[in-house]
Amino acid sequence: MSAETSTSAPSSRRADVVAVACAEAFRGNGEIFGSGMGTMPMLGARLAKATFEPNLMVSDGVAFFVDGDLPIGSTDKTVEGWIPFRQVFDTLWGGRRHVMMGASQIDRFGNTNIANIGPHNQPKAQLLGVRGGPGNTINHAVSFWIPKHSTRVFAESVDMASGIGYDRAAKLSGWVKANHHLPRVVTNLAVLDFETPTNTMRVRSLHPGVSIDDVHQATSFELAVADDLSESRAPTDDEMVAIERLDPNELRYREVAD
Amino acid sequence: MSADSTSTAPTDKVMSPDEAVANLRSGMTIGIGGWGSRRKPMSLVRAVLRSDITDLTVVTYGGPDVGLLCAAGRVRKLVYGFVTLDSIPLEPHFRAARQGATIPEVVEYDEGMLQWGLYAGSVRLPFLPTRAGLGSGVMDTNPDLKLVQSPYDDAEELLAVPAIRLDACFVHMNRSDARGNAQFLGPDIYFDDLWLNATEPGHRYLSCERVVPTSALLDEGTFHTLRINRSMVDGVIESPNGAHFTSCEPDYDRDESFQTEYATAARDPEQWQTFVDRYLSGSEADYQEAVRER
Repeated sequence: MSAETSTSAPSSRRADVVAVACAEAFRGNGEIFGSGMGTMPMLGARLAKATFEPNLMVSDGVAFFVDGDLPIGSTDKTVEGWIPFRQVFDTLWGGRRHVMMGASQIDRFGNTNIANIGPHNQPKAQLLGVRGGPGNTINHAVSFWIPKHSTRVFAESVDMASGIGYDRAAKLSGWVKANHHLPRVVTNLAVLDFETPTNTMRVRSLHPGVSIDDVHQATSFELAVADDLSESRAPTDDEMVAIERLDPNELRYREVAD
Repeated sequence: MSADSTSTAPTDKVMSPDEAVANLRSGMTIGIGGWGSRRKPMSLVRAVLRSDITDLTVVTYGGPDVGLLCAAGRVRKLVYGFVTLDSIPLEPHFRAARQGATIPEVVEYDEGMLQWGLYAGSVRLPFLPTRAGLGSGVMDTNPDLKLVQSPYDDAEELLAVPAIRLDACFVHMNRSDARGNAQFLGPDIYFDDLWLNATEPGHRYLSCERVVPTSALLDEGTFHTLRINRSMVDGVIESPNGAHFTSCEPDYDRDESFQTEYATAARDPEQWQTFVDRYLSGSEADYQEAVRER
């Protein structure tokens, strides 16, 4: 199927556009582990696999690679492989993974924080801890899903760099600079990337009904804007069918308002 | 343990949770197996709560084990990659302890760094190199971490994760024989073999759902599940429902309603005292009885 030749589904809502944007982050990834943390990233990876990226590998979030479709929330799966945490680490250190995950803070170079808000010795808010963020961002592609684009999340600086951005990576080895890659930041307003000469954040497309001012106002730092700034595309008819099949309980509409 | 010096059989290591913990001392470094709120050796953690040992250095992929030990004030130093209840992302006791700065020392690692530290400890190397952690907040908050340069042509600077050696550890398995040949039957062993291997012989405690005869070890799983052998274990503790309220597949799933009750109580001091009175003020048998009566 081709996104370019199919017609857009007229009934698509903001959450459906976001699902496609999350899926698009995995386009061209081929036979690697497409890992989604949370509903929209998971839907994105599974949608990419079900449509334009059939060789992508997705997991059930426990310890198994699954063949075919696995709807969000379903456990009725066809196992195609075993991926316990030790093999997750081996796979990610080997670079055969692209994860899309959340962030409580992200700055203009893509440094991210899921660990704590406020000083590390006594946080104002203790969050998850760094988890695998440092190892993920230095070893393989990491994209982000931010459900509420706001100045609080899109911050001047992060309180704890659980994931390293382009400025931190630039101070490390040539190997790191060659392998560090943050392909996309998808939010409820827009799709962003770091495809600027200085690897600072750039608006790539706006979701239907969102203005560039809306995005600037919800961001604490200066954003570059793509010369060919476009509207984030709606799902094709085939993609819409796949979205409904993969998210039968419509959890996406609870996560993203219109 | 067998006192029969003429016996030709391997040592029987079966003991109770309280007997295991009675061997421990304040100030020890203790590793705890499992992952988040999954297959945690909770009966042994509860035995620590019944004891008076304190000032512990706790190393773990943390879940309610960390929460309970922090709430009881037993942790002097915490080494972790995360602390979570999985279905409830943030552990309330851990949050309170961090936000109140009541844990005197914390060492926060990337998940993979923690594995590497344990692996280095397991194979008696002083460190293992990795890129995970470089450039991140882990370096900012752990100024003692050192870099090492590759001695080969690439000459790359890497992070030298120091070996983690443990005085004692707790893991929970599905089955074991009386000697410590043990079996996981669920989807993931996590890093439980590494916790055992990174611990000085003497205090490697393995609880399990059921102690079975050695000849029955392959009744429920293939030989691939026998990842722990008796040279790695000093004490075997039969603890049915011993991982409760964390998951112990396929024997049982996480007790989500109990975990919610725990997390709700943990957010309020008065409710927490009621929870402690109801569940954590007696023996392991009393705990299991109180859980059954919910």
